[in-house]
Amino acid sequence: MKQKIYLDYAATTPVDPRVLRAMLPYFSEKFGNTMSLHSFGQEAKQALEESRGEIADLMGAKPNEIIFTSSATESNNLALKGIALARRSLGGGGHIIISSIEHPCIMESAKWLEAQGFEVTRIKVDKYGQISPADIEKAIRRDTILVSTIHASNEMGTIQPIEEIGRVCKGKGVYFHTDAAQSFGKIPINVNKINIDLLSASSHKMYGPKGAACLFVREGTKIEPLLHGGGHEAGLRSSTINVPAIVGFAKACKICEKEMINESQRLIKLRDKLIKGILGKIKDARLNGHPKKRLPNNSNFSFSFIEGESLVIQLDLLGVAASTGSACSSAKLEPSHVLLAIGLKHEQAHGSLRLTLGRWTKESEINYVLRVLPGVIKKLREVSPFKKSFKF
Amino acid sequence: MLYSKEIMRHFTHPQNAGRIKNPSGLGKAGNLVCGDIMYLYLKIGKNKKGEEVIKDVKFETFGCVVAIANTSLLTTMVKGKTLGKAMKITKEDLIKKFGKVPPIKIHCSLLAADALSEAIYDYMMKKNREIPKELLERHQRIEKEKKELEHRHAELVELEEEIHKK
Repeated sequence: MKQKIYLDYAATTPVDPRVLRAMLPYFSEKFGNTMSLHSFGQEAKQALEESRGEIADLMGAKPNEIIFTSSATESNNLALKGIALARRSLGGGGHIIISSIEHPCIMESAKWLEAQGFEVTRIKVDKYGQISPADIEKAIRRDTILVSTIHASNEMGTIQPIEEIGRVCKGKGVYFHTDAAQSFGKIPINVNKINIDLLSASSHKMYGPKGAACLFVREGTKIEPLLHGGGHEAGLRSSTINVPAIVGFAKACKICEKEMINESQRLIKLRDKLIKGILGKIKDARLNGHPKKRLPNNSNFSFSFIEGESLVIQLDLLGVAASTGSACSSAKLEPSHVLLAIGLKHEQAHGSLRLTLGRWTKESEINYVLRVLPGVIKKLREVSPFKKSFKF
Repeated sequence: MLYSKEIMRHFTHPQNAGRIKNPSGLGKAGNLVCGDIMYLYLKIGKNKKGEEVIKDVKFETFGCVVAIANTSLLTTMVKGKTLGKAMKITKEDLIKKFGKVPPIKIHCSLLAADALSEAIYDYMMKKNREIPKELLERHQRIEKEKKELEHRHAELVELEEEIHKK
């Protein structure tokens, strides 16, 4: 029987059966619209508010600081554009700081804001993909309205020093947003211990369903909505509430709260076995991202002389689901901006492979990958013109 | 499955992969920016009629599934063919043989045809032959595209150097 091994948990996760069970009543039984006055509506409303409380708990926020959205992309759009537009309506300045390794939804939102007349500074990262808080401090100007940095890189898993960045922002009186789509539920984060004003989190990266996400907005933060209408979510996000997905999101948070420590310890062990095995067995391979300060479930490699799409398809034929930052996998035919930002050359970015582990990853699956990957790389290198004649 | 059976067949079992030492002609196509580079090696001899034929052909490709499969396919199409016939293989022929590719992959699926033209051009230049008009035009277009990319690539190289300095 052909094995089916899913090592792309950073792309999306399966819904935990416990989450699914919690959601089911909210499709056909408790299906009400949260805005309705009757008992159906109030039942749904109650589920919504309980969910809000549970999600707030996991990040140390107050329930009224959680705005539900449909995706982390929407949360990030709301954070950047909402803060920028609110400041503009006050007649304030318009400078925004982001890093050079943000998710495309931040990069593109910032680009759009530039076209609207805002100024954007993109902070460079070191070879491990880390942002220096001192660089942020230097970049902050009198008219800076927002600093937005990813908490942990979606591609190489590097965890950012957001505590220090938060401190810098607080000292300068600038709003700080972090995109925690990859990290929330995987590593602890507390918005009260850290000076975070806005935080994006997503359900489908933590074993909840797709279609639910949230933006934490600290009380008193001035922000404009992007969606206008019936005034849901305190007027910040009009749209009929997706109750089943939000109930699932909340259940996923509760599970993570309980199991995070054990789960991350288990995954770190497996991840390190994978990293050690691959670097030991395969020549001309490098680990991308920080060796220690990385998400428990993330590994990202570059293999010289070969291209990532070919690698991913070969692995798929062997039953292993992975991902790459190669141009061929993107719609733009350009390699990952994140891998270029850590100083990788184009050919190295093309030859990248991301293996992300999760709740159902077994040691036998890691062993299987370690067994088949060297052969796959060898095969692709055999048809490559570079081989040993081409040194990075 | 993302790709057709024909593409997957050539990708998983590439034909004529490798190098020819002292090839009669060598053609290179593609670039590192978009991530496909291919080398095509030709060994050209004569058949009984005295016509020039492709006695052997080998390829090396750094690239995606379609790029690897397509170079493999092309080698099977030209092996044993007279130079005259091989020269007439167009991008359209490759597309016809290959079936549908996603729109974004059309570019890389056509690179193999460029590598073939370049290899024949290289052979003819070595032999001091007069280059047929069509082949010359293709060569000039490929050169032009290469220059444009090198120009674009220069900015990327600068950007990389800047990041490295940090």
